[in-house]
Amino acid sequence: MLELRDITAGYDRREPVVRGASLTVAPGEAVGLLGPSGCGKSTLAKVAALLHRPAAGQVVIDGEPVNGWRHAAPRTLRTAVGVVFQQPRLSADPRLRLRELIAEPLRAVGRSRAEAAARALETAEAVGLTGELLGRRPHEVSDGQLQRACLARALVLRPSWLVCDEMTAMLDASTTAALVNVVEDYRREHRAGLLAVGHDRVLLDRWCDRTVEWSRIAQA
Amino acid sequence: MTAPSTDPSPAVGTETPAASSASSASFVALRVLAVRGLSVRFTMRDGRHVAAVDDVTFDLAAGECLALVGESGCGKSVLASALLGLLPANARTAGSAVVDGVELLGAGERTLARTVRGRRIGLVPQSPAAHLTPVRTVGAQLAETVRALTGLRGTDARDAALTAAARAAFPAGHLDRYPHELSGGLAQRAATAIALVGDAPLLLADEPTTGLDRELVDHTADELRRHADEGHAILLITHDLAAAARTADRVAVMYAGRIVEIASAEAFFGSLGPRHPYARGLLNALPEREFAPIPGLPPELGDLPAGCAFAPRCPRADDACTVLPRLAGGVACHHPEDRHA
Ligand code: SF4
Repeated sequence: MLELRDITAGYDRREPVVRGASLTVAPGEAVGLLGPSGCGKSTLAKVAALLHRPAAGQVVIDGEPVNGWRHAAPRTLRTAVGVVFQQPRLSADPRLRLRELIAEPLRAVGRSRAEAAARALETAEAVGLTGELLGRRPHEVSDGQLQRACLARALVLRPSWLVCDEMTAMLDASTTAALVNVVEDYRREHRAGLLAVGHDRVLLDRWCDRTVEWSRIAQA
Repeated sequence: MTAPSTDPSPAVGTETPAASSASSASFVALRVLAVRGLSVRFTMRDGRHVAAVDDVTFDLAAGECLALVGESGCGKSVLASALLGLLPANARTAGSAVVDGVELLGAGERTLARTVRGRRIGLVPQSPAAHLTPVRTVGAQLAETVRALTGLRGTDARDAALTAAARAAFPAGHLDRYPHELSGGLAQRAATAIALVGDAPLLLADEPTTGLDRELVDHTADELRRHADEGHAILLITHDLAAAARTADRVAVMYAGRIVEIASAEAFFGSLGPRHPYARGLLNALPEREFAPIPGLPPELGDLPAGCAFAPRCPRADDACTVLPRLAGGVACHHPEDRHA
């Protein structure tokens, strides 16, 4: 289980943007979280991805509360959750070639260069990226191609959980369907859980096992 | 590439808005934008050429909204930049694009600044919050645009600013606010008000709904529709098919720099559906339809296959498709879906 228990979160000393939010994703389950822009759902997504320390409340993974937060949770815990954001250009290091971008999480956890390269190639292929494209840098590819690379990067450590925050909001219909298919293939194979955060009800209803409204899981 | 001769007949496809909207009937014959054989080629650092826009031809009439749809990198934003004269220095254009009597291609920066941007083409930008200056109030930015475009001063300028705000449905009571104090919807209206100041006959909306909530998408789409009904010609550039369906009279689909289909929105989104295999695939990918992606990736513009660029992904491809299909009867395909089957 990936459990968010009574999470309050915000930035600096300002008013919290998330108050008392609770949500559970079971292994292999796909949960859609629907909310208007600015409601705080992206902040909650960062908490679920173990990238943003909650001011109060707990993240619990398979019964173990996540401890040792600095700004983010310890890296060893973070490898359990992969995350993809809305804007690949803000999250992807512009200096890295796509193949390095995808392999980097493996290098960061100490895998050998050869193993990282091989695994990155395999994952890249699963998201539809091959050949010469992998030698390019972010500014040399389209938004859709870069988002494919970001998804590969999120999957390369084979996480048990995936958080997708408006992953397809900037993408055309075909690329959206393609990326959702990649996520679903991965989840089937690894029995991974998904938290898909977004504002598009039609998309989340079609994609997820269940969809919850922001207003039902968090305090106003 | 030579531009085909410009025919003097009324704009192609104007029957649709005329039939569907009595209020736009008086604008019908007024062609605002005529694009003929427009091509944009970039010269890359290694000397290669990339054709980002290739031989694009269409018309746009007053009172009409044309949605230009396609995936990122298909050339639709390059086309928008070409119309606004905002292409980078390594770009070469061919063909012709005339807006309200002014040739845009090859026009100098002075002409573009003095007679085109804001005056003949109003830009409704993507992410309006980023387009507005954060440190000045909406009213101040609007007034400055009025002074720059109309030369009006004092109370006249103020009146013109208020009129533009009213036409964009931006509340006068919010003019003293800063962009960050506005909701997404109001920021979009503020940017639209600025686009309306110069009374440009053509509004170019570049991905105006990206990242907006569905409710705000619908709202933005409806506002654009209203501006069309009031007589503007609207070129809506978008990857959002739902926004296009809600706003447009006609749809043009771009793939690998070329228009592969141009059809009335009614036929395109209705039971007939598109005729080009790519356009059909794009619609079928919607979560409310089959949610099935088109296999493969769009081709590299610098490395297009000979013949139809969609062939490697197309279920109908055969030997005939090694010859480039021309746009004929609204579709560029050797084996289009037959409407009369
Ligand atoms: S021309 Fe051939 S390959 Fe191209 S879209 Fe038509 S059928 Fe498919």
